Amino acid sequence: MGNPCAIIGIGQTRYQTKRLDVSIAGLLREAAVRALEDADLTWDDIDCVVIGKAPDMFEGVMMPEAYLADALGAAGKPVMRVHTAGSVGGSTAIVAASMIQSGVHQRVLTIAWEKQSESNATWALTVGGPHSTSLVVGAGGYFAPHIRAYIRRSGAPDHVGTLVAVKDRENALRNPYAHLRIPGISREMVESTPMLWEPIRYLETCPSSDGACAMVLASEDAARRAPNKPAWVHGTAMRSEPIFFAGRDTVNPQGGKDCAADVYRQAGITDPRSELDVAEVYVPFSWYEPMWLENLGFCGEGEGWKLTEAGATALDGDIPWNASGGVLSSNPIGASGMIRFAEAALQVRGMAGEHQVEGARRALGHAYGGGAQFFAMWIVGSEKP
Amino acid sequence: MPTNHALEFPGGYTRSVGPVIGRFLSELRDGRLVGVRAGSGRVIFPPLEYDPDNGHAVTDEYVEVGPSGTVESFAWVGEPLPSHPLDRPFAWALVRPDGADTAILHVLDVGEYERGAAPPKRLKPGLRVRPRYRAAAERRGDISDIEAFQPEVTMITAPSRLEYDLKPGRALDRFLEGVSEGRILGHRCPVCRKVMVPMKGLCPKDGVPTTEEVEVADTGTVTTFAVNNLPDPRAPQVPFVSAYVLLDGADVAMVALVSGLPADQVRMGMRVRALWKPREEWGRTITNIRWFEPIDEPDVPFDRIAEYM
Repeated sequence: MGNPCAIIGIGQTRYQTKRLDVSIAGLLREAAVRALEDADLTWDDIDCVVIGKAPDMFEGVMMPEAYLADALGAAGKPVMRVHTAGSVGGSTAIVAASMIQSGVHQRVLTIAWEKQSESNATWALTVGGPHSTSLVVGAGGYFAPHIRAYIRRSGAPDHVGTLVAVKDRENALRNPYAHLRIPGISREMVESTPMLWEPIRYLETCPSSDGACAMVLASEDAARRAPNKPAWVHGTAMRSEPIFFAGRDTVNPQGGKDCAADVYRQAGITDPRSELDVAEVYVPFSWYEPMWLENLGFCGEGEGWKLTEAGATALDGDIPWNASGGVLSSNPIGASGMIRFAEAALQVRGMAGEHQVEGARRALGHAYGGGAQFFAMWIVGSEKP
Repeated sequence: MPTNHALEFPGGYTRSVGPVIGRFLSELRDGRLVGVRAGSGRVIFPPLEYDPDNGHAVTDEYVEVGPSGTVESFAWVGEPLPSHPLDRPFAWALVRPDGADTAILHVLDVGEYERGAAPPKRLKPGLRVRPRYRAAAERRGDISDIEAFQPEVTMITAPSRLEYDLKPGRALDRFLEGVSEGRILGHRCPVCRKVMVPMKGLCPKDGVPTTEEVEVADTGTVTTFAVNNLPDPRAPQVPFVSAYVLLDGADVAMVALVSGLPADQVRMGMRVRALWKPREEWGRTITNIRWFEPIDEPDVPFDRIAEYM
């Protein structure tokens, strides 16, 4: 794993439908400045900038890293852009961490964002060519059949998705950055909303958000001078797999299982449910909580929904998932993975505010993207590994 | 019977504006907004020779204000009269430039709207605006040197168009040739022996080229599906069913529309057949298949399709 890597600064914007008051660069700077303030650093202290976002077609800004280099204080410094679809926020953080772990840099600013109000994700995800079938169904229409397959395979009762939709929005009420803050959120409220892509209801899907998330990663030496308690990287892993191949398990993808096994091995974890204190997992549609509980080895196959139903993943459960409200409550797509990674770090730093899981010492940050093809995960801890 | 009668003073009355209003109009002609500071410290805009609150003389301190300002209130003119300054809907607005303590009444142009239009949503107190001046050579030191106030720029439109010449490649070319003849072709992988439809000339799992052509049936089984209720101008009318169809003889399910029955009656395991468009409409495109429709065969049990999703 190389040299120790610490997270010494975290900055987020408030996530909302439209940030009409700022440009893309302004949005990013808002998050970056907050991360720098947390680390008590200035732009001058940063050695390298690693940025990530979802497809260029979303906002139609080609190679945004070129246009953003100076806005992010990267003049005269290395700047790098990462792209792995929806998992990009996670893989961007991992690339940034590798810059520290390799000993190349002392302080790396990493940042991911999306400005969905300037974008049309469904259009961008459905730019069909003349040679292939193109059904205009967006991400929800893509994932709905896989969710249906999960429900059928596991025999999960219908209401499990509703439970996740309520739980994550209740958590969001404790997170000042969360986009969807729905007082009085309830099962009845979720169940009364229309099916967008059956079996996914309106309130079982994520919002479209504008927002950015930034982190300052640091070497052990640089972390010593940080004013606030750092989080430490205990493991990082990425995996990918093709979207179509014979025998592909789209419900429980092999790439996710392999990625989890790798990151657990690095962190010395054999039983994630008991050894982790909290997890921030990319759940853009409510049913992905039980699906990923299984994929990430928190339980056996077909058992995920039972954990959700028993309240194990609630804020007061034995393994809280998405204490921040998760992707279901805020979804600036490119940033969503980094928010998971950052929220995991906030938890082990004891800086998660009202959604802090008491005494959290080890946390999982998780992101996935594409047709559930790209996976990025890290485990962070309060102690240096 | 009325008689039309006009009185017009030859050349117009001349008026001395005095030092304060004169300064205001001179600055205006130069494209600047100035107010005057009153003894109370307030900046009065447009300037007056006296503080309107108490009649005291104002100071001789002129303060540049604006050009940005805030709409304090407005009256919408949906149907302008011939004597109005604009011939399309506009608002009369009280605009307070930044740095001023009082507002000016002026024309607010919020863009092109058809006669009779309701006030646009963005027109509300708090809207940030700036003056639009007449060209410098046309300015005369008159309040109409400002044509109108208009909203600040908050958004631009960035047109975007990409045009490609796409080649399908050898394998997909064969597939398209097949569907142009009403046949569905796939490739069998030499390693895993699985049949992929449509083929790309490689097996994504084994990473080897594929060349062995296999014709599969235009009948198959729905493995899993979504009922789409979100309308999109490019998509079929809602609700429509997007499904994975495992064609008989293929080992990868293909994404396709399923129709010909109410959406809520589509089932996992349902047997379907391609509905081809009339032959004269066929081209080298998969859209030769309009969608898949149910056929009168028993559903395939779930355990026989479970591994294809």
